[in-house]
Amino acid sequence: MSAVIDEVSRPQKSGFGVFARPATRSLIGGLAAAAAWFVAAALTAFWPDKIESDWAYTGNFAAACATLAFALAFAAFAGIRFTVFQRLQRLSPWLLALALFLAAWEAVTAKLGLLPLPFFPPPQAIVEVIIDDWGRLAAGILASARLLATGFFLGAAVGFMTGVAIGWSRLAGYWIHPVLRFIGPLPATAWLPLAFFVFPSSFSASVFLIALGTGFPVTVLTWSGVAGVNSTYYDIARTLGATQRFLVLKVAIPAAMPHVFVGLFMGLGNSFAVLVVAEMLGVKAGLGWYLQWAQGWAAYANMYAALLLMAFLCSGLITLLFRLRDRLLSWQKGLVRW
Amino acid sequence: MVAAIADDHPVRGSTLTLREVSHRFDLEGQPLPVLDRISLQVGRGEFVALLGPSGCGKSTLLRLVAGLDTPAVGSLLMDGREIEAPDPSRVVVFQDPTLYPWRTVWRNVALGLEARGLLRTHSGRIEDALRLVGLTGFANAYPRQLSGGMAQRAALARALVNDPKLLILDEPLGQLDSLTRITMQGELVSLWQRAGFTALLVTHDVEEALFLAGRVVVLSQRPAHIKAEIANTRPYPRRRGDPHLAELRHEVLAHLGLDATW
Ligand SMILES: Nc1ncnc2c1ncn2[C@@H]1O[C@H](COP(=O)(O)OP(=O)(O)OP(=O)(O)O)[C@@H](O)[C@H]1O
Ligand SMILES: [Mg+2]
Repeated sequence: MSAVIDEVSRPQKSGFGVFARPATRSLIGGLAAAAAWFVAAALTAFWPDKIESDWAYTGNFAAACATLAFALAFAAFAGIRFTVFQRLQRLSPWLLALALFLAAWEAVTAKLGLLPLPFFPPPQAIVEVIIDDWGRLAAGILASARLLATGFFLGAAVGFMTGVAIGWSRLAGYWIHPVLRFIGPLPATAWLPLAFFVFPSSFSASVFLIALGTGFPVTVLTWSGVAGVNSTYYDIARTLGATQRFLVLKVAIPAAMPHVFVGLFMGLGNSFAVLVVAEMLGVKAGLGWYLQWAQGWAAYANMYAALLLMAFLCSGLITLLFRLRDRLLSWQKGLVRW
Repeated sequence: MVAAIADDHPVRGSTLTLREVSHRFDLEGQPLPVLDRISLQVGRGEFVALLGPSGCGKSTLLRLVAGLDTPAVGSLLMDGREIEAPDPSRVVVFQDPTLYPWRTVWRNVALGLEARGLLRTHSGRIEDALRLVGLTGFANAYPRQLSGGMAQRAALARALVNDPKLLILDEPLGQLDSLTRITMQGELVSLWQRAGFTALLVTHDVEEALFLAGRVVVLSQRPAHIKAEIANTRPYPRRRGDPHLAELRHEVLAHLGLDATW
């Protein structure tokens, strides 16, 4: 996979690719990124904070930036001898930009105070939250992940089977299709008040809502995938003696898999939305709840920290799904990369 | 039992009878007659070629023989029994190779054995079939990695592993280059002689029909009816330069209304 990325990136001369030799390129790119992180560290450490402000972790944040800067400089020099480190070259423009962004953020908040507090805390405030409140944040991640996984897998499994049933059986289509048409477009969150009232616990209610949000796109896309299978595929299997069971399991489902994955991606996106709303309004745990709680206390640094972790969680899960798809559908060409 | 017969007799194909078969399609509410009272008798182990203009209904006829569709009028019988549904004893090589893109060549060829639960015991046949069509080195390739001709050869292998009694071929060599085509025609003849199945071949190529078949059936424009049946008794293996075949070729072209250019 990285070979493909290399091939794509080479002709475009991305990043510092304008420099001819890979070793030189890697050295210059790495050193530039390291320098940027040094600037961020120095700016944080030596430029005095605006008076009357009191940030506990300014030194730690500066130290972290400096450590990263040293590591990058080391990797840049190591790249002269070891090609492994040259791979970092691809990242160095981004690392540089990130350092500049942090330095600018630091300057306009802690140092110059241009942005109003408490809405815009400096980076070290977020570091502070993550270090001081990590227990609660970790518990939040775990709770969110557990709820999301339960709801998503349930919804995906039920949606997949429903989709295959409608795509395959006329009878199932007759009964399920109208229900799907009528209820499907309703956002899952519309059921929220009812669900919290009907289900025994807020957890089970949220699982139901997430499953609903996931299940609808998975059902519709599985169905359209199964319905759109080239009829010659069936003809071939039938002349070779295939049973109905074989036609479903070995022809219809594999042929529909690319569609199913589109449904899974849409379902996963839906499930994030439902998760956050459910946690904000009912469940007393998870990152969504933490977000809501932090806002109630005007703890904006905590909010940013929770948002950051939420972004990591969601993009991590999407990446995981992409990996799975790339593995299962490796027979397809021209896959979209993430 | 079938296997026992097979060992004793090289000819173990089935007979095929078409009785007054007519068929029509609905095209935007208008009936489109495609086949017009086709009657045909194919003997055990015979090789029959169907020739006819494009769109006259050849593929439609083969779908009826395969049991994928039922005729509007008339009946089709294999070994005296009515053809009602597809059966693995009648295997079709479709005009379009249509391999399953999610399966490797090996797994595509294995399809019939897998569907009938014979994969465990008969997987050796897959290697044989791949060798026969010259795809041994591509067993693990995916269809998108094959050329058009290779895909068609893979489709041929997918049919042959099933050891059919009636092999139905819809322009199976249409996408091959002329050199591979000549080789594959020779392979097809020797395979047919060895295995003894009955073969029904649709082709556009008059030479191919005469090189392979013992009888050439010429069909008319749509709706297709049988215009002529030309017996070809030249012994196998045939030579392409045979003057007798050239004469037959002239006769066939005359039935197709194309002899003016000869
Ligand atoms: N499923 C269908 N629905 C409606 N019309 C059809 C259908 N299948 C075939 N036809 C029509 O029937 C006619 C015969 O089609 P068929 O595929 O049998 O032709 P063919 O003789 O095999 O032609 P070719 O040599 O070009 O493959 C065509 O006019 C086609 O439009
Ligand atoms: Mg055809």
